[in-house]
Amino acid sequence: MTRPQRDRRARAMTAAAAMPLQARGPREPRELLDVRDLQIHFPTDDGLVKAVDGLSFQVDRGHTLGIVGESGSGKSVTSLGILGLHQGTNALISGEIWLDGEELVSAMPARIRQLRGSKMAMIFQDPLSSMHPYYTVGDQIIEAYRIHNDVSKTAARKHAIDRLDRVGIPQAAMRVDSYPHELSGGMRQRAMIAMAMSCDPELLIADEPTTALDVTVQAQILDLIRDLQAEFGSAVIIITHDLGVVAELADDVLVMYAGKAVEYGSADDIFGRPEHPYTWGLLGSMPRLDRERAERLIPITGTPPSLIHVPSGCAFRPRCAYADLTGGRSTDEVPALRQTAPGHLSACHLPVGQRRGIWAEKIEPNL
Amino acid sequence: MPTLYQMIRFIIRRLIITVFLLIVVSMITFAIFFLIPRLAGQNSYQLASQYVGRNPTPAAIHAIEQKLGFNEPLAVQYGRFAKGIVLGAHYNAGPDKTYCPPPCFGYSFRNQQPVWPMMLSDIPVTASLAFGAACLWLVGGTAIGVLSALRRGSVFDRAAMGIALAGVSLPIFFTGLIALELFSFRWPIFPDLQFVPLTENPYLWARNLVLPWTTLAFLYAALYARLTRAGMLETMGEDYIRTARAKGLPERNVIVKHGLRAALTPIVTIFGLDLGLLLGGAVLTEFTFSLHGLGLFTVLAIQNSDLPQILGVVMLTAFFVVIANLIVDILYAVVDPRVRY
Repeated sequence: MTRPQRDRRARAMTAAAAMPLQARGPREPRELLDVRDLQIHFPTDDGLVKAVDGLSFQVDRGHTLGIVGESGSGKSVTSLGILGLHQGTNALISGEIWLDGEELVSAMPARIRQLRGSKMAMIFQDPLSSMHPYYTVGDQIIEAYRIHNDVSKTAARKHAIDRLDRVGIPQAAMRVDSYPHELSGGMRQRAMIAMAMSCDPELLIADEPTTALDVTVQAQILDLIRDLQAEFGSAVIIITHDLGVVAELADDVLVMYAGKAVEYGSADDIFGRPEHPYTWGLLGSMPRLDRERAERLIPITGTPPSLIHVPSGCAFRPRCAYADLTGGRSTDEVPALRQTAPGHLSACHLPVGQRRGIWAEKIEPNL
Repeated sequence: MPTLYQMIRFIIRRLIITVFLLIVVSMITFAIFFLIPRLAGQNSYQLASQYVGRNPTPAAIHAIEQKLGFNEPLAVQYGRFAKGIVLGAHYNAGPDKTYCPPPCFGYSFRNQQPVWPMMLSDIPVTASLAFGAACLWLVGGTAIGVLSALRRGSVFDRAAMGIALAGVSLPIFFTGLIALELFSFRWPIFPDLQFVPLTENPYLWARNLVLPWTTLAFLYAALYARLTRAGMLETMGEDYIRTARAKGLPERNVIVKHGLRAALTPIVTIFGLDLGLLLGGAVLTEFTFSLHGLGLFTVLAIQNSDLPQILGVVMLTAFFVVIANLIVDILYAVVDPRVRY
């Protein structure tokens, strides 16, 4: 932690302590999770990597937010930031993360640690490498449960078996003593979910939960996440580059590009009335089963930008087919995320009417 | 966890392999001492001439040739050699009948005594030295390695790795002599170093071994610190460490229970082999501190070209290494559940 950061944290803490809970007024968020202007930067020898650069979003209990974007767009960095897992690295974090009325960016590391695993939990991409190879899945679940709950080993073991059973692992009483390598990929991910859900977290972050799994298993895992959400009423953030997963689960969708939100709205907005050229590109590069095979997928040209030398103006400009229509604004000015319809935000210099026209005439018919 | 039955089956299988390995080791040793000289053009008479005293008469050489059986077929010779190790050897040829009790590696050229009892008296010295130093370097080396990894790039890390580099580079006859000069002569904290058996006086045993232990452990600790540091850095970057943190585990548990546990597994293997090899004689340390263990025994045997003694040491060292391998294999299966039984 740098000195100014520490001072700021100290100030924020005393301020929060001095204020009674009700008196925080407009700062008090309604949603379970409210992220405001989050910035996560990594100083490196080559320059400052702005992995997340001014991100804001909300998720409420019982709701699911999908965060979509290419590799390196800052999705995972965001989720690790919410859990406070950048501690011990040289990450520079600013902005606010409110979880159930508690601000996390300025909170003490010990407090974040208490919240991790109990109030917020995470499922990772590759369940094989994410579970310790030397401990049984039962031991790993018991460990997670007993950090936050003062219970006996026997009670924790019973709880672990219950949870394994709940996530659909057959013969849970026996599988509790299996090592991760003895389970199939799908079973491992179920065990991972059982571990994340062991303390009934209110916020569950799933970082590419199905990427490492067989296609047949993917749908089962998504169903399981949906069922658990309904049962526990958790808020869920699902991070993926697979729009199919988002379409399946998410109520709201946040599209990220180069560390920024480029479009944010309900799933209906994003899939039915997308307003950002990048979102159009993502939709165009998604295979569809209900179309002729002869049609080729339309990839987004170019590669994601370097996060050290982000293109001036709009970061998507070099890859955008419509950048010329802005009359040079896209090279000079970073587009702000603006509301175009209730609950629907996008960051593009083109007038919204023009974009709706392009979508209706050129993009949607060709999808 | 594996069942007891699986465990026992695994150990028995490893034991069988170990016995097989020992047979191979004995064959190779036999070949080195009795086959290679022949391939190099020596006949049995010339071979026998090495086993007689100075300026022997041809008759005496022929007698030894007969007694040790150098004129017999190789298979018979190997059979006799192997039998001698397991059951003891009867030398019935010629006028004198002698019995060499097992494990028989023959008679020393120097004093005509069986080799094994001479080695046996040296084993406690080497074992005391090796086990004591092993405890020191295992604890010291891994602790320094872990701290270095956790504070990568810090002053501590740089200093520790600098000293470690010196540790692996400096030979024992240098560090050992410096230690002797400083702590035994200039400031006689450990004066009058000589081996005292543990059973005789545990205090003197430990006191007189402090310097050799430290000197030997310094070399190995340096190696282990670097190994542990590298292993720890790799492990702490693993996904399951992130998972452990995401569970809300205190950092100390993350490091010890999740990080160190995985990082130490390869160390176990190397430790077993190092210790096994060392039990066959810590040549330089024993020489430097005049400890009459197997290492010094080896040096003297080589200086005197005492072939039966050298053969004995080679077999014993190979035995220790093979047994250490066996223990490491079993230990590994206990530590890492992914090892198949």
